[in-house]
Amino acid sequence: MSQWIDACGADEIDEEDLIRFDHKGRTFAIYHSPDGEFFCTDGLCTHEQVHLEDGLVMEYEIECPKHNATFDYRTGEALRAPACVNLNTYKVKVEGGRVWIEI
Amino acid sequence: MTTRDYSMTGEDGRRAVEVGLAAAQWYHTDIPRKDMKELMKRSDGPAIRDTVILFACMIGFAAIGIALWPSWWSAPFWLAYGVLYGSAMDSRWHECGHGTAFRTRAYNDWLYQIASFCMVRNPVTWRWSHARHHTDTIIVGRDPEIVAMRPPALFRIVMNFFGIFDAWNGWARMLYNASGRIHPEEASYIPDHEQPKVIRVARIWVAIYAGVIALAVGMGSILPLMAIGLPRLYGAWHHVLTGVMQHAGLAENVTDHRLNSRTVYINPVSRFIYWNMNYHVEHHMFPMVPYHRLPALHAAIKHDLPAPNRSIREAYAEIIPVLRRQLAYEDYFLTRDLPATAKPYREEFHAAMPAE
Ligand code: FES
Repeated sequence: MSQWIDACGADEIDEEDLIRFDHKGRTFAIYHSPDGEFFCTDGLCTHEQVHLEDGLVMEYEIECPKHNATFDYRTGEALRAPACVNLNTYKVKVEGGRVWIEI
Repeated sequence: MTTRDYSMTGEDGRRAVEVGLAAAQWYHTDIPRKDMKELMKRSDGPAIRDTVILFACMIGFAAIGIALWPSWWSAPFWLAYGVLYGSAMDSRWHECGHGTAFRTRAYNDWLYQIASFCMVRNPVTWRWSHARHHTDTIIVGRDPEIVAMRPPALFRIVMNFFGIFDAWNGWARMLYNASGRIHPEEASYIPDHEQPKVIRVARIWVAIYAGVIALAVGMGSILPLMAIGLPRLYGAWHHVLTGVMQHAGLAENVTDHRLNSRTVYINPVSRFIYWNMNYHVEHHMFPMVPYHRLPALHAAIKHDLPAPNRSIREAYAEIIPVLRRQLAYEDYFLTRDLPATAKPYREEFHAAMPAE
């Protein structure tokens, strides 16, 4: 049963950047897109489970810091090897200046 | 003294997994996120400029070489062309493989395909082997790209200055793959669904080489092969010269790039050919930083790194005695001194490694 979780303040993530969010033994990446929207994916790259928090956000893509695999963080789609498996994505809403994710 | 098994399917690799050396946590110098984002930023400009210069020089040198052929006056132009084909393409292969040279992915991919062909490295196979090199840098039995093994195969290294082993192995593997087969070592790091691509590329390359050879036979001259194929041999020396410096003589089985990689200050021409990979500790620690930002990255973290070698000559003055000593005593290696202010290596992890 999924539930909405208060993850962070909307002003805690720069535009075109991400932060890490850990919750009950799980880890996520929350993104702030260049046009002001927020998105959430699993935090670990599907190639070798390296955390994406140190990666590079360019427009709507996140590049993994280890071997440069890229994903579309809106859909989770793996765009570039060595990642071949898509990231899971989660619903996001912004209320009262807070970013909530449904997990 | 222990005998090392560098194969991907051997005992050392199995042991590295067992003790946690495979896919381990590696040391990173702390850099504020804001600075790191600035360093990682991509742009097309520098790589377009360098690529235009590179191809213009290649076309120019080859055109003069062809015009002067078969006179010996053509030799210097072939040698210059060869270094760009057989060495500069190595660094282009590398940077575009990481996808960091250009901002536009398609540009990275185009240059990667061309450079892979020049270097006779299957673009699919080598993308995966290089990912492993970054996961398990100089971990014995895990890293498929260790050049100077212990004891060092000096004859092989010297021959590779003329592409003798690497290029011939590349061509042999191309034929092997073109026959529809994947070598078991390759299969250990290339996912199943990628393997048909390896075979497809190998077949395209065989067709290209067949065309070039047919042209050479038709003309009764090796001239077509001077332009395509042979420069991988006569122009290989520079990429081997710079490539050997990356890790040779340094520690194996440590999870700190400061101890197993080498940064060397080199001349501007070599830096153009090598695309700044002389900042090798920096590249391994932060592979997201494009080649044209590595000098800035170096400036930002050098307080935490061993002192770089100040020239190619100085690097080899350090490497050659170590490799010679390893011929008799293969457990010997060069211990890197970290600056007094640097964070230390995790000694407790080192102690848990396989016996050396
Ligand atoms: S761990 Fe992300 S690309 Fe390899």
